[in-house]
Amino acid sequence: MKTSRFLALAALLCAAAPAAAQVQLNGAGASFPNIIYQKWILTFNQANPTTQLNYQSIGSGGGIRQFSDGTVDFGGTDAPMTDSAIAAIQGNVLHIPTVLGAIVATYNLPGVTAQLKFTPDVLADIFLGKITKWNDARIASVNAGVTLPATDIVVVHRADGSGTSYGWTDYLTKVSPEWASQVGKGSSVNWPVGLGGRGNEGVAATVNQTPGAIGYVELGYATINKMAFGQVRNSAGKFVAPTLEAVTAAAAGVLAKMGANTDFRVSLTNPDGATAYPISTMTWLLVHKTYADAAKAKALVQYIWWAETEGQAMAPDLGYAPLPQQLRPWIQARLKSITAGGHPVWAGSAAQ
Amino acid sequence: MTTLPIEPVPAAPPSIETPSAEPRWASLRGVNASDRIYRGVLTVLALFLPLLIVALFAQLFVSALPAIKRYGFSFLWTSTWDPVAEIYGAAPMIFGTLASSLIALLIAVPLALGVAIFLTEFAPRWVRQPVAFLVEMLAAIPSVVYGLWGVFVLIPFLRSYVVPPLKAVLGWTPFFQGVFYGNSLLAGGIILAIMIVPYIAAVSREVLLAVPSSQREAALGMGATRWEAVWTAVLPYGRAGLIGAVILGLGRALGETMAVTMVIGNRHDIALSALQPAYTMAAAIANEFSEATTNMYLSALFEVGLILFVITVLVNALARLLIWRVARGAAVGSKAL
Repeated sequence: MKTSRFLALAALLCAAAPAAAQVQLNGAGASFPNIIYQKWILTFNQANPTTQLNYQSIGSGGGIRQFSDGTVDFGGTDAPMTDSAIAAIQGNVLHIPTVLGAIVATYNLPGVTAQLKFTPDVLADIFLGKITKWNDARIASVNAGVTLPATDIVVVHRADGSGTSYGWTDYLTKVSPEWASQVGKGSSVNWPVGLGGRGNEGVAATVNQTPGAIGYVELGYATINKMAFGQVRNSAGKFVAPTLEAVTAAAAGVLAKMGANTDFRVSLTNPDGATAYPISTMTWLLVHKTYADAAKAKALVQYIWWAETEGQAMAPDLGYAPLPQQLRPWIQARLKSITAGGHPVWAGSAAQ
Repeated sequence: MTTLPIEPVPAAPPSIETPSAEPRWASLRGVNASDRIYRGVLTVLALFLPLLIVALFAQLFVSALPAIKRYGFSFLWTSTWDPVAEIYGAAPMIFGTLASSLIALLIAVPLALGVAIFLTEFAPRWVRQPVAFLVEMLAAIPSVVYGLWGVFVLIPFLRSYVVPPLKAVLGWTPFFQGVFYGNSLLAGGIILAIMIVPYIAAVSREVLLAVPSSQREAALGMGATRWEAVWTAVLPYGRAGLIGAVILGLGRALGETMAVTMVIGNRHDIALSALQPAYTMAAAIANEFSEATTNMYLSALFEVGLILFVITVLVNALARLLIWRVARGAAVGSKAL
């Protein structure tokens, strides 16, 4: 015990020695990418010991708030900032996409072993409370060969505000005019029916404990916990299972429409592409266009570019889909535009 | 609290302490400088807590002001909670908070009083300490653990063994109608009941222990059975303290967050049936605060916090009044509370 304390102290002193070059960067926001952000920070710090990064997973809303207040150097969010929120900070923000994810429809139907198929309108009507039995003709018609029980459908949604709810309702808003007018999209909405669970784990537990339940969770969470989830029909009319490849394909489908001058505030839901999974999501880092502290800005740009290049390789193992390669030059262009004291800070990153 | 008969205290004992008009140390005031400093420091410390409460109230009020201005009193009785359209009404949460606490009290008060009476009046000596210790241990379990237990043990148990017979017998009343999905007002109330039992039981036990044995002896001497002695002599004597114990439990039930949100279903809806999902104010604040992106949303949540704060203060004030009224004699426990 004593030895380890002494060692820790020694390490602290050694670390403190080149104090002049130390840069401390604080970030906060979305919890969905937290696992890979922590991994990135750890790995990046080993190669660049002078940059101390810290990311707190407090949720997208909190991330936007703290970033806008200037409490943190960078933010993280699963739902892009609104135009009015951007205007409130004089447009001093860049959205930099980092990784992709997917939201899956998970269900608990004892006796049903086949992977269920859902059409967009069926999902919307289940969550609107218009389809109430599992053996409804509209579910049965796309699931030929599956014996569906006559049980009630119990809808489970997130009770806490969350980027996952944002992605899910964003999708339903796109595919169902009725959902768009009655409910809309947001990190928390006025759910027409259902039970609320707190966090992915709350939804998962409620679905697992309630026969006949259907809910939505992140793909990574559902995979790790071996939950049953369905295929969803995409805009090309194909039923696609949520996989990391299908998510990257969704991004590629949206990419075609974006153009090089995009601000990256795009929605990946319901994209083009025959192999694209339709309920795909993107998560962003929020950085300022101009920083006061050049050393900070330089280190931050260096870190983000590292995450966008070398860091991407870590994504699949952690349950995230990497960004399509085509995005890199655009992201690089955004990072190059970041300035501190009127000068671009990119130069130092060129070494990477 | 309604289970206690309010009867006149049989032979109210003479008050032991005769409170003098002035503090005991009054005669020593101002004797030397160190006393004055001591007194000053203590005064500051004593004023610090009331100031903190005032500051808390002021902060809540200021933050809630935009919502109060925009929605007025309709915030209290409308039930739409739509962050997308920015329409907020807190009625379901106010209802859910009060209803879940009421269910908790209905279950917990008889249970906790039973435990306390058993431990002080009937249990053999060797049973008392271990059982009292175990009951108090319940208070040490973190609330998230209660929540997990609720999700994985209580709800399946309710679904299989409690709700079907309950519906068969009481299904015709409005309180047990509809389909039972598990997460419900009933589950929330039961979890709360288990959580507040140790508080009510521990304080009630202290109160009953403080009842002088002359009370019991007198009742027994007049030919009462042990049960009659407890019912007519011991409980009325300690009723102020017992009410205090119940209010302490109620205060905890009103503010409990984590365990409740895990089992209550988190639905912004008012349903009379205990089998339907509901929501509480504390749970909604905890769930929605971190993602409240617009100022009006935040303000509405602050207003919910303000309402919870006011309700809690009112409940405590009511309890005070009740205790004062009941304790006009010299009932045990009134001074401690």
